[in-house]
Amino acid sequence: MKKILICTALVLAMTSCAFGAAFKIGGTGPLTGGAAIYGNAAKNGAEIAVEEINAMGGDVQFELRYEDDTHDAEKAVNAYNALKDWGMQVSLGSVTSKPCEATAAENFADRIFALTPSASSAAVTEGKDNVFQMCFVDPNQGSASAQYIADKKFAKKVAVIWKNDDVYSKGIRDTFVEKAPELGLEVVSETTFADGNDNDFSVQLTDAQNKGAELVFLPMYYQPASLILAQAQAMGYAPKWFGVDGMDGILTMEGFEKSLAEGVMLLTPFNADASDEKTKSFVAKYQAKHGEIPNQFAADGYDCVYAYKEALELAKATPDMSAEDICTKMIEQFTTMTFNGVTGENVKWAANGEVTKDPKGMVIKDGAYVGLD
Amino acid sequence: MTMRRLINLKRVEARRIYLTYGVVILAYIICQTMSSTKMLSSSMRGMLVPICAYMVMAVSLNLVVGISGELSLGHAGFMSVGAFSGVASAILMQSVIPFEPVRLALAMIIAAVFAAIAGFLIGIPVLRLKGDYLAIVTLAFGEIIKSILNNFYMGVDSGGVHFSMLTDTTRLLKGGRLIIRGPMGISGIQKISTFPAGFILVMISLMVVFNLVNSRSGRAFMAIRDDRIAAESIGLDITKYKMMAFVTSAALAGAAGALFAMNYSTIVANKFDFNTSILILVFVVLGGQGNMLGGIIAAAVLTILPEKLRQFSDYRMLLYAIILIVMMLATNNAEIKYFLSRLNPFKRREEAE
Repeated sequence: MKKILICTALVLAMTSCAFGAAFKIGGTGPLTGGAAIYGNAAKNGAEIAVEEINAMGGDVQFELRYEDDTHDAEKAVNAYNALKDWGMQVSLGSVTSKPCEATAAENFADRIFALTPSASSAAVTEGKDNVFQMCFVDPNQGSASAQYIADKKFAKKVAVIWKNDDVYSKGIRDTFVEKAPELGLEVVSETTFADGNDNDFSVQLTDAQNKGAELVFLPMYYQPASLILAQAQAMGYAPKWFGVDGMDGILTMEGFEKSLAEGVMLLTPFNADASDEKTKSFVAKYQAKHGEIPNQFAADGYDCVYAYKEALELAKATPDMSAEDICTKMIEQFTTMTFNGVTGENVKWAANGEVTKDPKGMVIKDGAYVGLD
Repeated sequence: MTMRRLINLKRVEARRIYLTYGVVILAYIICQTMSSTKMLSSSMRGMLVPICAYMVMAVSLNLVVGISGELSLGHAGFMSVGAFSGVASAILMQSVIPFEPVRLALAMIIAAVFAAIAGFLIGIPVLRLKGDYLAIVTLAFGEIIKSILNNFYMGVDSGGVHFSMLTDTTRLLKGGRLIIRGPMGISGIQKISTFPAGFILVMISLMVVFNLVNSRSGRAFMAIRDDRIAAESIGLDITKYKMMAFVTSAALAGAAGALFAMNYSTIVANKFDFNTSILILVFVVLGGQGNMLGGIIAAAVLTILPEKLRQFSDYRMLLYAIILIVMMLATNNAEIKYFLSRLNPFKRREEAE
């Protein structure tokens, strides 16, 4: 009993200290359940950023709280309301897309500013002036990939294999195909697959091979991509492979022969092997604390908190301001400021909340991700 | 008619019905006053509408499980049919009927109709079975509904409404809107569900269920539940009465689904999975089979409980499970029941009667 009393006293003392002059920043994410890997990564990343900022002791201090939403819109709104009761002043939205759509509507109605680390669907920001994204919106990845392939002159003739019952895949493919001709890329083969017939890709690969595609673009998650790579090798087809952030994770997939992915290029905003100081220190801290290499979600969470720090400093906001006042200032700052973080340099936001940043190209070399640049 | 029927009821039964209405109305008045005077936390305020939806779900499932005695494990399926048809119709009516309460009411009616049709179609094969077999088949149908909605596309443009299955082949004209987007569900829903609307729906479902239970048909339900062979021997049409209970229950669940969905800006079919069906069954079992008030209270308590346990973070769902087990044991313990009944003046008189 005594121990509990002491503990509670300590906890109370700590919270009251932090309460002094800190912005209350809250987010929801799946901390338990099937999608917990994403929620915990974003939360851990954000925690590290908050610890760093509070340790530096500048004008802007944070108090972070993450609530579990189990990747469910209903629970996400409940979690959001719990954060509101706690006194959240700025929000990290939700980690996954669908729950974030639900909480973003609440953010908009309550005038609490939100910057989501990783909810990438376009519906999250649609029609809401105070909801911003740290990650690329799905369709943007398509045009960014086309741009990157053209800039680096990887190929002239390109094949696209995409999943036509998946919004993520469809969104990326649509903009890629639209943008490619403008940049002098020729899409010679375009084939699809769907849930249920995603085991045999020989038709798609033969088509790409016959039409002489030098590069195959794979806007999809890593499970079907791994099969495509294996089957292409079996039929002796060796084009260049190019993927998007859904491909991140292929190396850690169970039962996947890493040598198959050798030379696969992918475009993701975060590269844990980057040699800049910021990334190095973040990766080292994350590894020391959680025993694993941070993924893109963790980096997005980390960047969100730093973006807030910068915006709040620029706006000269103080923790005693109401969420609504901060919201107005944040909209002003986020649409004008330029941010440098671990997921990109010269990060800018459009008024509709979408982010523009230079994606980082990565290539798989000797079973590890290595930066292309 | 209603009044006469209630007057003719046994005093005990009438008292139970009035007590249920009374508790619901009182709870509504308290919550509404607290909500308008800002005494209610946002967390609680946000849960008012879903709680109403879950209450209706509990009441409707109670009709099947408690009154007609069939274990149904696919009730969330009807909720999702209602949710999707209700939201889709609300979106289509958006420009025609700008007045939100009317649109909400119409959407709920349409949702109830669609869910009733689904209930009828599913009822045809399902109600030929009994006991465990019926339970398993309803479970399967719940999953089938989820699967269908996960592969269903519906869009609207100047040319009218278009449907497609498996892949989106609606080919909408410019300015068209894809309303139901397969696994992505529906986005950008206008939040028109309100607590008063939820309260009215709870009251309507209670009236429907109480009237049905205390009618000739209701007595037939219970006769069939208690002894199927005896009921058949006196000429009761078993399939007809079972179907009546099943379809009514599905319709109410559909309306609840529409209410629930329009409280959020987005809805996906995967929300209404097996877990949700079980959750509703838990409300019914914890509240007592056939006991409407119990089911209603259980729905409220079990929706609020996980939110109140947030302070325990990672141990939240563990505690929830433990509390659930304790509650189940306690509500089934004869001594505790006796103790509670001593506290209840109505019950005590009941015993004396």
